[in-house]
Amino acid sequence: MSIILNHVNYIYGKDTPLEIKALDDICLTINDGDFIGLIGHTGSGKSTLVQHLNGLLKANNGEILYNGRDIYDGDYNLVKHRFKVGLVFQYPEHQLFEENVFKDVCFGPLNMGLDKKEAELRAFTALREVQLETEYYYVSPFDLSGGQKRRVAIAGVLAMKPDVLILDEQTAGLDPKGRDEILDLISELHKSGKTIILVSHSMEDVANYVNRIVVMNKGRIMMDDIPSKVFARYRELETMSLAAPQVTYIMQRLYEAGFDVDTSVTTVDEAKRSILSVVRPGEFYGA
Amino acid sequence: MKIGQELIQTKQLSFEYIRRDDDGNAEGVTRAVDNVTLNVEKGEFIAILGANGSGKSTLAKHINAILYPTEGKVYVDGEDTSVEENIISIRQKAGMVFQNPDNQIIGNVVEEDVGFGPENMGVPTKEIWERVDEALKTLGIEEFRKHSPNKLSGGQKQRVAIAGVVAMHPQCIILDESTAMLDPKGRKEVIRAARALNDVEKITIILITHYMEEVIYADRVLVMDKGRLVMQGTPKQVFSMVEELESYRLSVPQVTILAHELRKAGLPLPEGILTEDELLHELQKIR
Amino acid sequence: MLKDITLGQYYQTRSSLHSLDPRTKLIGVLIYLISLFLFNRIGAYVVALIFLAYVIKTSRVPFSFMIKGMKSIVFLLFITVIFNLFLTAGNVVFVIWKFSITDQGIRVAVFTVIRLTFLIIGASVLTLTTTPNNLTDGMEDLMKPLGVFKVPVHEIAMMMSIALRFIPILMEETDKIMKAQQARGADFEHGGPIKRAKSLVPILVPLFVSAFRRANDLAMAMEARCYRGGEGRTKMKPLKYKKADYIAYIILAVYVAAIIFAGRFAPI
Repeated sequence: MSIILNHVNYIYGKDTPLEIKALDDICLTINDGDFIGLIGHTGSGKSTLVQHLNGLLKANNGEILYNGRDIYDGDYNLVKHRFKVGLVFQYPEHQLFEENVFKDVCFGPLNMGLDKKEAELRAFTALREVQLETEYYYVSPFDLSGGQKRRVAIAGVLAMKPDVLILDEQTAGLDPKGRDEILDLISELHKSGKTIILVSHSMEDVANYVNRIVVMNKGRIMMDDIPSKVFARYRELETMSLAAPQVTYIMQRLYEAGFDVDTSVTTVDEAKRSILSVVRPGEFYGA
Repeated sequence: MKIGQELIQTKQLSFEYIRRDDDGNAEGVTRAVDNVTLNVEKGEFIAILGANGSGKSTLAKHINAILYPTEGKVYVDGEDTSVEENIISIRQKAGMVFQNPDNQIIGNVVEEDVGFGPENMGVPTKEIWERVDEALKTLGIEEFRKHSPNKLSGGQKQRVAIAGVVAMHPQCIILDESTAMLDPKGRKEVIRAARALNDVEKITIILITHYMEEVIYADRVLVMDKGRLVMQGTPKQVFSMVEELESYRLSVPQVTILAHELRKAGLPLPEGILTEDELLHELQKIR
Repeated sequence: MLKDITLGQYYQTRSSLHSLDPRTKLIGVLIYLISLFLFNRIGAYVVALIFLAYVIKTSRVPFSFMIKGMKSIVFLLFITVIFNLFLTAGNVVFVIWKFSITDQGIRVAVFTVIRLTFLIIGASVLTLTTTPNNLTDGMEDLMKPLGVFKVPVHEIAMMMSIALRFIPILMEETDKIMKAQQARGADFEHGGPIKRAKSLVPILVPLFVSAFRRANDLAMAMEARCYRGGEGRTKMKPLKYKKADYIAYIILAVYVAAIIFAGRFAPI
């Protein structure tokens, strides 16, 4: 069970003077159970890439295999593919349209051809999974707060029971607490067995959660590794208008100043332990 | 360093609006801003922090006379915003940049958008050009002057919007969550521009945001929660209250949290460390 | 698909036509259009063709680029030809099944094709060489006399200009909304007309909600920048006739004289 991209290329506005190579020879394997952070600045091609994964955009050449099947095969059902590889777009405002939250979440399952009862059952399950309070189930989605709208949008895709869940830039416009809540939620969905791809332009947001980071720049995959290895290349990240989390810089600076700290830490908690082990080893191990 | 003269005053400002249900019947009253008294001096760089729905944007819209107080008063350069005749003068003195870069650019060409404010003010043609040239130069966007705003990045668009305000020769610019929809690069561009306007042009800046790393250079930080002004002080003072900030759905930069955690673990560090330099310096002292 | 339409698009380059006052160009196009419909002699169309060729050459817009925009209206031309060809009375030339084609029919059909083609190319030269803003400014100025009849000329021009700014934004947004719904299995292509109309609801609702929010935001942003209608407003780019405009008017006058002459006295 995996998605394999084999030399995938995609060009926007092909054969026009405004040709842009949005995906440039992408080779990538997404394994079952992965929790991937797909990072790149605006225009790096990360959104284009995820739209290929669920078949909304078709590559100019190259192949995409889902569980061994070529999704561009004539007899492969791309619409059904989208139910397996769910994609939640950046702005919930772009998909919420029904008169109430519950009906909106039913939209996906009904499109799958499920009967009303089954669709509603799935909607309930999905809304419970995203931890939306029941009092909001029959409220107009337009009356919700930013964080709630996002939950409903995620539920709308979850209700199709996808194996892979791709989330495009879910934290924009949320306050710090709201951001953490959404990221925690996504992390729980991963724990419940879904393969997750989290698209973001912020390393700091994803560092605490993902187990693999793919960095894109100008339509190419520049790095694909565990977070600490990616952050260690912070100078390269800067050339791509990206940055490692602040702790990486702190630890680097401390190391350069002669502190024997572990520069590969990725979170504040790890940084704290590493610093304490150096500055006051005795007390730290004693406590 | 600063000139001690009050530019903006709010006196026991409260703003209420009536909530309505789907049929338009009044459901209740929301007090979006609750008894806020605030003085901003000429040349100050003020940051107003708050989670979504804390009332910070509503407060900001009072300073530009887009909203009027339900109770209390707002004065801009001594002029009462609730007096009709003052409105145009107030809007010229206190310019406003909004959240969504697309929804505040009126012109189809960058330079024409920058000229929109002066045109409305009835500035003679020759002077409009002088002001536009100067504003474009101040914001470093001369190279895009003939471009369509649609082709620009988010950060560039927001700088166009700021230039549009600068061309009106304001004494104060309010950035109402102007960085919320931008990527990290765009956010940096906007903040750098705001700091330069404050440093060089001596324009008073009121920065409304929930990104903590943007406010560390402010002269004064105000925190809002549920319509009330709950904290006030220098960034150092405010950021030393990590737990209190978290209770208002806010967070602090990683370096501040790290220092706070180390302090809690027993290291003799001062509260309110804001930069990597400070932390490094303090750790070197206790090594 | 929508991107292929060049009609109404601006083509950025430097030419004497680009730098003309929009009013000159608007009046020029208007006169040209009228001239096309006043005469029925081939000689007149030769004059019109020469003038058009001259204008296209001066515009420095590649002819191939203009023609690309024509593709979308070939169908329209075709229909017009069919109607004119079969439904005009005159001397029968030949008969296909029940329909007879007359010499008059052929003549009218040919003229109609020429007229429409010239008309569309002429109009697209205007939009290709004039920025939408400039065009709105020109129209505002030319319509100013209507203000006497309480026509809100400034407001109409402002609305046009804002529409121009937001059309590409809303098109892009429509695309994103469609994709978001497709990701939830929405199908816009299959089924009968009712099903297809229904399938538009998930696109139109978010689009309208967004458009209203944008309108709201924009109104607020305009107010914040001291906008209060056309009164007391100055212009950053006031329209001013330059030497080139007077020359253009002279060329236009020569054209008018030539086509009147040809329209009257040309042998065919």
